[in-house]
Amino acid sequence: MGGAMRIVVCVKQVPDTWSEKRLDPADQTLDRAAADGVIDELDTYAVEEALRIKEATDGSVVVVLTMGPAGAADTVRKALSMGADEAVHVVDDALHGSDALATSLVLARAIERTGFDLVVLGSESTDARMGVMPAMLAERLGVPQATLASKVEIDTATDPATVRVHRQTDDGQAVVSAQLPAVISVLEKINEPRYPSFKGIMAAKTRPTATWSLADLGVDASSVGLAAAATAVSDATQRPPRGEHTVIKDDGDAGVRIADFLVSHKLL
Amino acid sequence: MADVLVLVDHAEGVVGKPTLELLALAARIGSPVAVVVGGSAGVAERLGEYGAVTVLTADAEPTSVVAPVVSLLESLVATRSPAAVLITSTTEGKEIAGRLAVRLDAGVLTDAVDVSADGDTVVVEQSVFGGSTIVHARVTRGVPIVTVRPNSVTPVATPVTPQISAVAAPAVQGRHAVVESRSAIASGGRPGLSEASVVVAGGRGVGAAEKFSLIEELADALSAAVGASRAVTDAGWYPHAAQVGQTGVTVAPQLYIACGISGAIQHRAGMQTSKTIIAINKDAEAPIFELADFGVVGDLHVVIPQLIAEIAHRKGA
Repeated sequence: MGGAMRIVVCVKQVPDTWSEKRLDPADQTLDRAAADGVIDELDTYAVEEALRIKEATDGSVVVVLTMGPAGAADTVRKALSMGADEAVHVVDDALHGSDALATSLVLARAIERTGFDLVVLGSESTDARMGVMPAMLAERLGVPQATLASKVEIDTATDPATVRVHRQTDDGQAVVSAQLPAVISVLEKINEPRYPSFKGIMAAKTRPTATWSLADLGVDASSVGLAAAATAVSDATQRPPRGEHTVIKDDGDAGVRIADFLVSHKLL
Repeated sequence: MADVLVLVDHAEGVVGKPTLELLALAARIGSPVAVVVGGSAGVAERLGEYGAVTVLTADAEPTSVVAPVVSLLESLVATRSPAAVLITSTTEGKEIAGRLAVRLDAGVLTDAVDVSADGDTVVVEQSVFGGSTIVHARVTRGVPIVTVRPNSVTPVATPVTPQISAVAAPAVQGRHAVVESRSAIASGGRPGLSEASVVVAGGRGVGAAEKFSLIEELADALSAAVGASRAVTDAGWYPHAAQVGQTGVTVAPQLYIACGISGAIQHRAGMQTSKTIIAINKDAEAPIFELADFGVVGDLHVVIPQLIAEIAHRKGA
């Protein structure tokens, strides 16, 4: 025990997996009104991991941070009801259409302003799925990235404290360590996120929530939003339905029929 | 013609197929320049067979995470002013791309399924929202940094004798995470899930953990990777790393065989851009059949053994 830390967890409001997602034809940004917004499932693992680290150390504080429209306050509240101590919500009309570069700039400024020893994120978002934000934040904050973690250990006996993670990439596993402050990202299933208790839901209403604008963060509005994005979508179309479509009932020869199909499509 | 930097993925001197795909895409935009960190002599030769006009080799600094490669690419962008930087869309590749984008204040596009040139503009095709929407995008500031999904194009053998130069990796600035130990994925000799040409995936219909060996047998008969639905990995029948879907791995192989998978939206998001889809399921109403090019309503425990035998028979014939 010991080694109080300020742990910032970044969360994102995303369209519910089960709702239809589409781009707004006007500006090719995600039509957030077309889908129900929920906390990204992958972020709930990050919140849970932050809470576990907090509970294993004396006096640590978990700050939940989100950037998004006013409705994203629900996402913040969900994390608070799980047990986060404070919240920061960056909201500004100028942010609409921001790309990953601008988003990482704004989040980094907010993290610096609130103060941090450890930043925790989900490994990617389930809507954009770029998987770049943890690395971008490490770059902006100038701190180590110990990302893609399937297991996280904090050693507060060292000074500064050390984070050691089991890093899981497409190529294999590595054990990676870094001195704090640092950025970590966690993979799905690293833990079992807790459900908010009734007490937690009630307590969430009294937890301090800061709402910051770009001006509060000293970020120029012209450096964010759709107009400042370093990427642009030219066109978006619905994928056409698949052409061929045969469904048979197995009459005892389905294995042979599949093999025939594979041969006729040069797949065997 | 401008250079196009291709970051080479290799394991113990063997160049990954996704890298050969990047070289084919690079040739459409400019002159392919392969960047190899810590490779062996055979690597450059292989890259030349697939059109790498130039091969730049740098010594590996394997002890820190991502940062050395980012610094190397940053310095090469400064000295060679490439038309684009292409990186394979692995989890680590995307991290490299993200950091490089911040370093250069340049636009990054991930998970491209196609890359082409329109005059001087690099046009990137992406498949978003679980494959339901096709987007064309471009980078409007800085050098385009693009990560490309494996299996997006077919490698093209265009043999050249590459010009090989050693480049000095710049010193890495700042504090970085240190790799204490590494271990490769135990794949049972199978190809990696995200880059496999064929994926055989099992779902709840497989019935039990011990019955998953049937899925593995079919996979091995087709030299395929093994995938699993979330129901399977949640139940602990198969390792989590094999999960295909919105919260797992996204795959786009030439052939995807879904066995006992109902095809919930969560799963479809990870596989519906596969070129050819075969589904085997007992339930004729299963949504996976909406996606299937060829579907079989039947018991996978009967159909798959017959299919395995038939594959062996035809391969032997």
